[in-house]
Amino acid sequence: MKPILEAQHIVKEFFIGSSQEPYLSLRDIISNPLKKFRQPPKQLFKALDNVSFEVMPGESLGIIGRNGAGKSTLLKILSGITPPTSGRIICRGRIASLLEVGTGFHPELTGRENIYMNGSILGMRKWEINKHFDEIVDFSGVESFLDTPLKRYSSGMQLRLAFAVAAHLDPEILVIDEVLAVGDAEFQKKCLGKMNEVSKSGRTILFVSHDLSAVSTLTSKSMFLENGVIRCIDKTNTVITQYTSRQESESLIEFPVRPDLPTVIKVEMHTSEKGMIHSFGHPLAIEFGIQMPEKKYENMALSIQVMDHLNYSVLYNWIFDIEQPILRSPGYHTIKLEYKNFRLYKGNYFLKVHLAETKTKQKFQVFDCCSFEVEMLNRKEPEWGWQNNVCQYFDDAVWTAGKNQKIQDVKTL
Amino acid sequence: MEYIIERQHKFSLGLKELIRYRELFYFFTWRDVKVKYKQATLGVLWAILQPLIMMLIFTLIFSRGLNVKSENGIPYEVFAFSGLIIWNIFSTGLLNSANSMVTNANIIKKIYFPRLIVPMSAILISLFDFCFAFVIYIGIIIFYHQETNWLRLLYCLPISLFLTVLTTFGLGAFLAALNVKYRDFQYVIPFLIQFLLFANPVLYSSKIFEKGILAMIMKFNPLANAINLSRSAFTNTPIDWAGVMYGTLVAVIILFIGVYTFRKMEAYFADLA
Repeated sequence: MKPILEAQHIVKEFFIGSSQEPYLSLRDIISNPLKKFRQPPKQLFKALDNVSFEVMPGESLGIIGRNGAGKSTLLKILSGITPPTSGRIICRGRIASLLEVGTGFHPELTGRENIYMNGSILGMRKWEINKHFDEIVDFSGVESFLDTPLKRYSSGMQLRLAFAVAAHLDPEILVIDEVLAVGDAEFQKKCLGKMNEVSKSGRTILFVSHDLSAVSTLTSKSMFLENGVIRCIDKTNTVITQYTSRQESESLIEFPVRPDLPTVIKVEMHTSEKGMIHSFGHPLAIEFGIQMPEKKYENMALSIQVMDHLNYSVLYNWIFDIEQPILRSPGYHTIKLEYKNFRLYKGNYFLKVHLAETKTKQKFQVFDCCSFEVEMLNRKEPEWGWQNNVCQYFDDAVWTAGKNQKIQDVKTL
Repeated sequence: MEYIIERQHKFSLGLKELIRYRELFYFFTWRDVKVKYKQATLGVLWAILQPLIMMLIFTLIFSRGLNVKSENGIPYEVFAFSGLIIWNIFSTGLLNSANSMVTNANIIKKIYFPRLIVPMSAILISLFDFCFAFVIYIGIIIFYHQETNWLRLLYCLPISLFLTVLTTFGLGAFLAALNVKYRDFQYVIPFLIQFLLFANPVLYSSKIFEKGILAMIMKFNPLANAINLSRSAFTNTPIDWAGVMYGTLVAVIILFIGVYTFRKMEAYFADLA
């Protein structure tokens, strides 16, 4: 069996020059014909460097990597929006790409009209749209607004309609970029389910996302891109482990020693999972390595704040010399902080570390480090999923619902 | 089905693909027409009012004010309208198609389809407007009791339209491509259109140039020929078929340059826009 998609030595180069504008103005050329010679030579930037891979029919490929790794450029080349500088891709099936939901939506047109417009831009024929029209409307759940201009829709409704159209594309190869990053949890789930259905039906999906769990449910094989180069391409779980372990070094922060001042020279965070991901409710440990100078200090204090993504402190812990003698002798000390069960809710956090002396109120160091992520792993998911930003602290509690008060009592009030 | 995505080395028109995506012509045009008239209270009535008002203004200024003569004693109103009906296709078509790539940049950056569809369907909108203006045209002919060679109108107007669309599309595709790279053209195009209005025999007769360089230009000017052709139904003078040939030749050359430039730059629109 021949692969449905064969990418051979794809290279994409961009010039990043001194000019900030993506487009030129004639004035630049007319007024300054010599500029070209005077300008420092433009720098060549390789967004993709010798990328080769194969996808077999029915196989789905996840593409992961940090921002700027070249994922979107690769998808743009695959969808034919921009040509590669060199190399080629052999396709043995129709490609439809979904780099954005609702491309071609027009606010003045009604929902019905936008379904046709968007569908045909995505490459559907009119009869195909007619065929799927009821399903699309059904999936989007906007049937009562079909003849209302799109500008009156809420952004959630627009998104649902857009995804509904895209979900009914019928290509052999579907290229999807990070479109699930938007929308509410329930709808995201619905979309993921739909995409799963598509991949189960034997079609090929190329899927870019930062949501590793989505990648792992949708794809069996993945590619890890870094700076335009394929780091590895293998089974999704293997690739995800590789990807997260690349970020592991961030759990260890080291600072240079200052000979005459107390200095935190090392912070190491031990999250329950690799890649600075912590599973809710599991033990979390933070180790500090502190170098004390010759001069003696007798009132040292070390404290940490756990900050949330909005830079609010959500947790504070400290150790003061007054309560427990610390850091009294010169040399290297270690201090360890352990949480038996770390109960911060799903989200992104980082540490703010303070090293100070309480008597003189002198602060030696304040710095941010160890950004980490809490995930609700191995916990029963509520009906509506684990939604972001609903709280910072989460704990199990018991609800008791009683039925003591008689209805007559209420009435007499 | 097997195809290869790579850097384009040789020039091709991409006709096969255009045919595959033919429905998009319809949808782009349909969208723009809908959007154009949706928010206006008078709606499609504007397609009728615009050329009518222009005709009245030009008649007032040129005929009554400046005493510009039409041809063979045709009422100036009929004369001006017969020119404007062709001119409007060109001017709105050129303006829309030249800006089309920039206005649709958000789509171009996200989805692939043959890009030529965009400037092409921008011209189709002005053909839609033409249909309404044509009804008024007939009305005006009847209103002014203009003696008309209907047979000539029947075969000359389509040729004239064809010539106009060919020219508009060539120039439109050329400017649309350049506009993506050099946004200056956004400011240049209105001037160009204004200049061309006076350079073409829309409001005056091309007969005023009998000899010399200007007469030569008129002979090779596809638009001037298209306008003369549309008027030939009233003038009863022999049709200048040689001029039509020259004009078509020039239009085809413009079309070739325009489409060639467009196709050459097309691949990088998404990077530039």
